[in-house]
Amino acid sequence: MGTVEEQKVQQKKAFGWAARDTSGFLSPFNFSRRATGEKDVTFKVVYCGICHSDLHMIKNEWGVSTYPLVPGHEIVGVVTEIGSKVEKFKVGDRVGVGCMVGSCRSCDSCANNLENYCPKMILTYGGTYYDGTTTYGGYSDIVVADEHFIVRIPDNLPLDAAAPLLCAGITVYSPLRYYGLDKPGMHVGVVGLGGLGHVAVKFAKAMGVKVTVISTSPNKKKEAIEHLGADSFLVSRNQDEMQAAMSTMDGIIDTVSAQHPLMPLMGLLKSHGKIVLLGVSEKPLELPVFPLLVGRKIVGGSAIGGMKETQEMINFAAKHNITADIEVIPIDYVNTAIERLVKADVRYRFVIDIANTMKSSSSS
Amino acid sequence: MAKSPEDRHPVKAFGWAATDPSGDLSPFKFSRRETGDEDVRFKVLYCWICHTDLHSIKNDWGNSTYPLLPGHEIVGEVTEVGGKVTKVKVGDKVGVGGLVGTCHSCENCLNDLEIYCPKLILTYNSIHTDGTITYGGYSDHMVANQRYIVRFPDNLRLAAGAPLLCAGITVYSPLKYFGLAEAGKHVGVVGLGGLGHVAVKFAKAFGAKVIVISTSPSKMKEALEHLGADSFLASRDPQQMQAAMGTLDGIIDTVSAVHPLLPLLSLLKSNGKLIMVGAPEKPLELPIFPLLMGRKTVAGSMGGGMKETQEMIDFAAKHNITADIEVISMDYVNTAMERLDKADVRYRFVIDIGNTLAATKP
Repeated sequence: MGTVEEQKVQQKKAFGWAARDTSGFLSPFNFSRRATGEKDVTFKVVYCGICHSDLHMIKNEWGVSTYPLVPGHEIVGVVTEIGSKVEKFKVGDRVGVGCMVGSCRSCDSCANNLENYCPKMILTYGGTYYDGTTTYGGYSDIVVADEHFIVRIPDNLPLDAAAPLLCAGITVYSPLRYYGLDKPGMHVGVVGLGGLGHVAVKFAKAMGVKVTVISTSPNKKKEAIEHLGADSFLVSRNQDEMQAAMSTMDGIIDTVSAQHPLMPLMGLLKSHGKIVLLGVSEKPLELPVFPLLVGRKIVGGSAIGGMKETQEMINFAAKHNITADIEVIPIDYVNTAIERLVKADVRYRFVIDIANTMKSSSSS
Repeated sequence: MAKSPEDRHPVKAFGWAATDPSGDLSPFKFSRRETGDEDVRFKVLYCWICHTDLHSIKNDWGNSTYPLLPGHEIVGEVTEVGGKVTKVKVGDKVGVGGLVGTCHSCENCLNDLEIYCPKLILTYNSIHTDGTITYGGYSDHMVANQRYIVRFPDNLRLAAGAPLLCAGITVYSPLKYFGLAEAGKHVGVVGLGGLGHVAVKFAKAFGAKVIVISTSPSKMKEALEHLGADSFLASRDPQQMQAAMGTLDGIIDTVSAVHPLLPLLSLLKSNGKLIMVGAPEKPLELPIFPLLMGRKTVAGSMGGGMKETQEMIDFAAKHNITADIEVISMDYVNTAMERLDKADVRYRFVIDIGNTLAATKP
């Protein structure tokens, strides 16, 4: 390792699209990434998924954004360089990076493969790396990341449709496992049929679980049943349907991020049932306590998953041929895509074709 | 013609009941069924006053039917058993808690979780299978199916042992189910009343490290010196709360008033569990970020099945766990209710039915 100045010179040029302010408008942005450290893997980005979190972050809706902000944490690509101590990957490997690129590696959470719950977890974008630099995400031409936070994408998974698994996929896979909603014969509800919801249906079905999609939109029924393979569909605003389904579910995966009533959902649970909240709502939800007591029910949260589990999830997806349903777009469509995402006008994830449509920075 | 409570059943009974939502209790003549094949009849010696009794007599939850005769922490001595009763015999000390009937055939009943049976019949203010209202333990005797009778070990003092039939099982069951009944776990107990003080005792007996969380700093000495808690957190002190952030594996929240959950969720480690055993009438605010960012859960728990209740009583007898009580006479009950409303009791009132009820009969 050289002096700071030498390291700066060794930094790679990078190119991406960034938001400059709370309008969230994305535009071309030249920046640099660190030199490939001994444990780092550098890869050329081929695709990057657009996650709903990107939308919140570019507009600073959570109050934590700093600008310029290069979003993107469903990133897949091909390895171009590895550090001298990298053991798991080689040049040419198909890899991905999800929502995190660092953690303390020594707390209880990290020691238990739960880096996502580490208090010092470093986000793929909008975070601060160990070296003090801001992290920039995958709406860019290259990514450099510690091999610990890289997953391998098996050959039989198409890169574009696999990208959303790196956030949406692990976000629903992890709670299905942790909350024990993955046993064949169980009955699980999935609330909301978007990026998270549609993948939740696919994973749950692959685990042998009976799935009911719960949605405010009756027009999603055909899609849910015929295309995604859900066993049944409940219109949450239909009192009769909700009544008939009371006390029938072992668990519910709730992907809705807007404020919504929990009481009707809790009524769908059998006793000892669990509702898992995945959508990030800034405002609190109303929690009626009686139903919790009378049915010994649980309301829990979950956020992505650790690296070991993320790899396990990708391998499970490869084995069961599970990918996201996507709409591939060129990078210069990204602002329109974001507007459409605000209106939930996508089935079910936009994926940016970085390799073909984003001009690369010249190599240093 | 509808029968009066006195005539509905063949065996005369006497107790104190509330006749309207003022909650004032007064002498009440009623009747109980004869001792069926599976029934155990016992004379009541003591009955504890549970906070639920207070909510019920005042119809706080909107589901009270009057006359309402409360009491579901009842102990006494068996006077008669039905022909098929094998569990206890005449002269045995027994107790009945919150339930006296279930369907016996649903998943919950078949798994010793009768308390979660959808056809649950509560000890009082519930409709029994014969269509009559159940009357509780502020009365001279009880009759119940043997399945709902708990044997009282000889070494468990009756007067102090029986709040366990509600308060005890209410905290014992979730400590076990949610994995907090283990040596080395760090458990918080919110609220130091009837449930809270017993929670501290059980958690300590399980080997957990216990921190009492309370709005009243005046309870600290009691919590540490008398109940054996390891530490005390004044929940209105931001510095103390800050220092304790992310330290607890679980919290047993006994508070039945509306209160903020965010500070409690912050005290939990990741994967920590906040278990509600108190029943606020209004919904609480559930902040989402802490749940997601720490994979935390909020759960509820209500009593326990009969098998677990017996197990809990036996555990209590083994570890000398009893409730802290104030014994009162039957005619003090209305004053006791007023004091309970102000949380002016350490920590449960027990009515000395055996010695003081008869004298109040008109």
